[in-house]
Amino acid sequence: MKTDAPPEEQQRIEPPSRKSRPLLVDALIIPLLALFSALVVGGLVMIFADSEVARAWASFGRNPGNAISMSWDLVSSAYGALFDGAFGNPTAISETLLSSTPLILAGLSVALAFRAGLFNIGAEGQMIAGMLAASWVGFTLDLPAVIHLPLTLLAGFAGGAFWGSIAGFLKARTGAHEVITTIMLNFIALNFLTFFLKTPIYQRPGRSDPLSKEVAETARLPSFGDYRVNWGIVLALVMAFVIWYLIFRTTIGFRFRAVGANPKAAAYAGMGVAGTYIMAMAFAGGLSGLAGTANLVGVVYSMSPGFLGYGFDAIALALLGRTHPLGVVLAALLFGALRAGALQMQGVAGVGTDIIVVIQALIIMFVAAPALVREIYRIRARSAIETDAITKSWAS
Amino acid sequence: MKIELKGITKRFPGVIANKDVNLTVNDGEVHALLGENGAGKSTLMNVLYGLYEPTEGEILVDDKPVTFKSPGDAIAAAIGMVHQHFMLVPVFTVTENVMLGVEPTQNLGLLDTSQARAHLVELSEKFGLNVNPDATVEDLPVGVQQRVEILKALYRRADCLILDEPTAVLTPDEIDDLIEVVETLKESGVSIIFISHKLKEVMTIADRITVLRRGEVVGSTTPEETNEQQLAEMMVGRSVQLTVDKEPATPGDTVLEVSGLEVLDDRMQRSVRGVGFEVRSGEILAIAGVQGNGQTELIEGITGMRAVEAGTVRLNGKDVTGSSPKHLFGLGMAHVPEDRQEDGLVSSFPIKDNLILNTYENSPFSKGLVMNREAINSSAEKLVEEFDVRTPSIDVKASALSGGNQQKVIVAREFSHANKLLIASQPTRGLDVGSIQYIHGQIVAKRNEGTAVVIVSSELDEILALGDRIAVMYDGSIIGVLDRSEATREKCGLLMAGLSVDDSATSDSATAESETSESQPASSTDAGRRER
Amino acid sequence: MALGFAAAWWFGFGSESGLDSTFGLNGRGSEIELAPLTLPSRETSLLLAAICVFLGAIQLTRGFGKKANLILGLVVGCFIFAFLIWAARDDSLNLLGMLQSTLLRSVPITLGALAGLLCERSGVINIAIEGMMLTAAFTGAIVGSAAGSTTVGLLLAVGAGALLGALLAVLSIRYRVDQIVGGTVINILALGLTSFLSAQILARYQNLNSPGRFRVIEIPLLSDIPIIGPLLFANNLFIYLMFILVIGINVALFRSRWGLRVRAVGEHPKAADTVGINVLRVRYRNVILGGMTAGLAGAYFTLGSVGRFDENMTGGRGFIALAAMIFGRWNPIGAFGAALVFGFADSLQNKLAILQVPIASEFLLMAPYIATILVVAGVVGRARPPAADGQLYIKE
Repeated sequence: MKTDAPPEEQQRIEPPSRKSRPLLVDALIIPLLALFSALVVGGLVMIFADSEVARAWASFGRNPGNAISMSWDLVSSAYGALFDGAFGNPTAISETLLSSTPLILAGLSVALAFRAGLFNIGAEGQMIAGMLAASWVGFTLDLPAVIHLPLTLLAGFAGGAFWGSIAGFLKARTGAHEVITTIMLNFIALNFLTFFLKTPIYQRPGRSDPLSKEVAETARLPSFGDYRVNWGIVLALVMAFVIWYLIFRTTIGFRFRAVGANPKAAAYAGMGVAGTYIMAMAFAGGLSGLAGTANLVGVVYSMSPGFLGYGFDAIALALLGRTHPLGVVLAALLFGALRAGALQMQGVAGVGTDIIVVIQALIIMFVAAPALVREIYRIRARSAIETDAITKSWAS
Repeated sequence: MKIELKGITKRFPGVIANKDVNLTVNDGEVHALLGENGAGKSTLMNVLYGLYEPTEGEILVDDKPVTFKSPGDAIAAAIGMVHQHFMLVPVFTVTENVMLGVEPTQNLGLLDTSQARAHLVELSEKFGLNVNPDATVEDLPVGVQQRVEILKALYRRADCLILDEPTAVLTPDEIDDLIEVVETLKESGVSIIFISHKLKEVMTIADRITVLRRGEVVGSTTPEETNEQQLAEMMVGRSVQLTVDKEPATPGDTVLEVSGLEVLDDRMQRSVRGVGFEVRSGEILAIAGVQGNGQTELIEGITGMRAVEAGTVRLNGKDVTGSSPKHLFGLGMAHVPEDRQEDGLVSSFPIKDNLILNTYENSPFSKGLVMNREAINSSAEKLVEEFDVRTPSIDVKASALSGGNQQKVIVAREFSHANKLLIASQPTRGLDVGSIQYIHGQIVAKRNEGTAVVIVSSELDEILALGDRIAVMYDGSIIGVLDRSEATREKCGLLMAGLSVDDSATSDSATAESETSESQPASSTDAGRRER
Repeated sequence: MALGFAAAWWFGFGSESGLDSTFGLNGRGSEIELAPLTLPSRETSLLLAAICVFLGAIQLTRGFGKKANLILGLVVGCFIFAFLIWAARDDSLNLLGMLQSTLLRSVPITLGALAGLLCERSGVINIAIEGMMLTAAFTGAIVGSAAGSTTVGLLLAVGAGALLGALLAVLSIRYRVDQIVGGTVINILALGLTSFLSAQILARYQNLNSPGRFRVIEIPLLSDIPIIGPLLFANNLFIYLMFILVIGINVALFRSRWGLRVRAVGEHPKAADTVGINVLRVRYRNVILGGMTAGLAGAYFTLGSVGRFDENMTGGRGFIALAAMIFGRWNPIGAFGAALVFGFADSLQNKLAILQVPIASEFLLMAPYIATILVVAGVVGRARPPAADGQLYIKE
């Protein structure tokens, strides 16, 4: 049992590291290496899953060059198509921005909750709740666009905020761990969606399948010219700024951060921890609600049963972006690019779109374990104390 | 067995915890290791017990050199350790705790609890350590838990026992029990190393005393050859002022009035039973008592951190029972919490943010929702200088500061406002002498400005140094209140042990009368009283 | 008590007198035929409701003691029976079929809960049970098909679970990744990998997705006992394994040396460390064992139940397993009981549709999730997790 940790009384202030690397470099290196590693492993998975390439490897002994070149061809064409589909031309860029919009908002949601010490896995459910509220406003009311659109967005925020605050309330009042409650609420929301889509209020007249009415023209987000991308991206970026300001420059943000970092000390200093949890989950839920709404009034205009699929990505984004709004935006753009390019990759290289999910998971893993990345690439740690351990137990 | 530590040096990054320490413990000897907080005593013993490996030096057991790579090795060499913070699994029974790691088994790896239990009972009778083998550890009082720890070591055939600050959490009664146990052990040939910073006990119990200061041995002597004053000087390195210079108090109006307070602890037991007292402006009420007699819950009840079951708390005449900390702060109450890292600071926040933890919503630090960075920064700079916080900048994270400086940050935060009431729990626990003196000075200054001050401390020296009036808590009640002029160590000690001051001075008769003479009518005397 | 009154109100008075509920008690191919059990609906419901109220009153006056679980079980049992009577009024319901379906549906939940238990008892939170199950299900399907043997498929499925368990262990113990983050990563990774590979490989090569299923093994003699026989003794390997594991883990955890050490590590790792127990090794071992158990659970889906792999076929059951674990107070027998309740809720949906019960099916689908929230919120009594659950252990 060896140790390098001195007893409490004798700890001194860390001497400045001899070779000081700028903080920005450090903050970028690890995520970039993580991305790279994820792409490498993703490539390996692709190779393994492709029957022709697999066969080439089976006869590696006889024709090594073939196996390697086939593998390289596969991976490079896949990633090439991916990149092309994401950035290759204005349409591609439009698609990337479009895909990024709900991701930014959902990522902000999770990041904000993290700041207050909460794990928001309930983005999917909150999105559904937001969409239910927003779509009702969208197809029921008849107002000029100038009012209708903002009202719809507001309804979306409110719906998501309501759903999120349930989990916050449960945590505040009963200590129920938000990981479980938000996951359960996701499924409950999903079932509510299916239910509502079969009721006359929501169901599109003339159809027997669960599909909602379309949102009125006046409630839709206008697009930029002929491209599919719409003002939703502006909304998302604005919200990113708003959240940044909220977290770092306002009293509310200060409170969130204090409670998130040390709820006991915050309580001793007079901050209401329970209320903070509810408020944070409400805000986070609202952001997710907006994410769903942006998708609703910007792209699909109606609802159908099922999860949207941004929820778990949102967690990844929050981690990748180190829970900082700017980081979240950048990470969301990355993931949006991956999504936008995936279809192209499937069409050109024949690689299924689900590989994106795998790559995303790998990215999170490598980002969440900086020590792992460092070990692989042999980078020395900046200081002995670097990881942020936010582990909690069920009863906290 | 004979244990020798030769030239032990232990280095950590940036710190030398032990420097060239030589220590010899003879067979059947009770050897005290004396030193103040941070002197390196625990580190040295952790080296002996195999938790650390020495950077230099060697260990000899019965004149043979040994290396310990883990406690397992030390245990195999018949060395046992009772840590200051017990290493007992709360939900296990006594037997389960004792046998953990050396469990006797039947076939298939199933536990043979009865065998362990029998052996345990045997040991407990042999050494006079009474325990109920089937009791759940978390239900046991601290003194009994300590016995379990000792039995754990004896179960593993320890021939040398290291006791790390064993009396820190015991009542004087329990301390007497422990002394008897030590005697019994000694008679059986077990050597004992006894870490402490309490001069009186060391003088009473030890056969030999070694004093450590800043990681080095300053001297080795016996109780016959020395006295407390000398030991204190060796520990601290200069003539120690054991009292604080302070003028007599000039108390004014009553600021805090507590009456009939009842508070439950985490396990739903009544740990504060009908407590009442008053504190006036310009005076210091020092609440003394061994840790675990309800002081923590009392303060939590008054400061709004814990629900109050019954009774009232009045601040300047206003009923504030059960008010939130925020509200109380607004009414002029300042609180320095017991656990500075857990409760007093957000370690990952920079110092400047910690300084406004309870004032961030007020101007000038914020206007409406928006926070004012310049105001926060300039205020922080000022406070850091005023309160002598040693740090390169106000942006340094609180976690990087030493204990003393962390406490100073909290003090700066709480003391920098005009307060009507200041409550400080264990204000100098774990701090170096310089910081202790500084904080004591600050507290007295506050009192001289007219603040009503309540101190809770388990260090009798601190109580006697600071208190204008001294209240002693025992078993959830205030068992006696003394004016400083009439308070002596002996009287306080008796009160801390649960004996009323009116009893006659000798401890024997006091023990016999302890069941009948209680100054608090509310406390019950049934056997369940000791359960905590 | 609340349940008792609800039962009385709803079921007792909800059914008109004079109606009978008939319960079929025979399964397929049973030797002894029993006449269907016919009970007067209203009276029986009221009786059962009265029992609930009575038990609830005892609970209130005597306080929650050791018997709390037992009483809770009885109350829940009575409530459920009353519900069934109400649902089946004037109609008939195959009770045995219902019990069988409940048992079968509780298998993956029980096994998942056991997996979670093994991890949490040693102090590691495992929310990756869902991902482990999914991966194992996929592995079982593809290997079972390729190798033409369900046994081989099962072995490799368990191995897949062990692998993911090892990953979780390494991430959270060695690289100090937050255990919830690590678990989430594995879930996402599993979903992505299985969906991707399923689309790439299984969709193209259908023969790789028909592994067959384990046959039902009837234990002679015992399986002829009326009611209990077909229920307990005529099942396939998985159910028998489940029973063995529930009892086995219970004995091991509470009566063996291994169990004592594991629990010590989960409650107070420092104490365990000082008596020479290798805390990290215990945790690694337990998480891998947990992974294997989750692998078994996953294999059940493809090799024991459905017979083929569908994308995301675990449908959140891994999370319900966590809830069952908490409901069962980190105790194998309790977890099994809880899993039965959840399994019942799961099987309700089908049966009640047949009976034309006037509750929308979506709400029934929601039932297990709402139940989980109630459990976690402590509505059903306080639950104490292992004290060091979720905490990093840093060796000194």
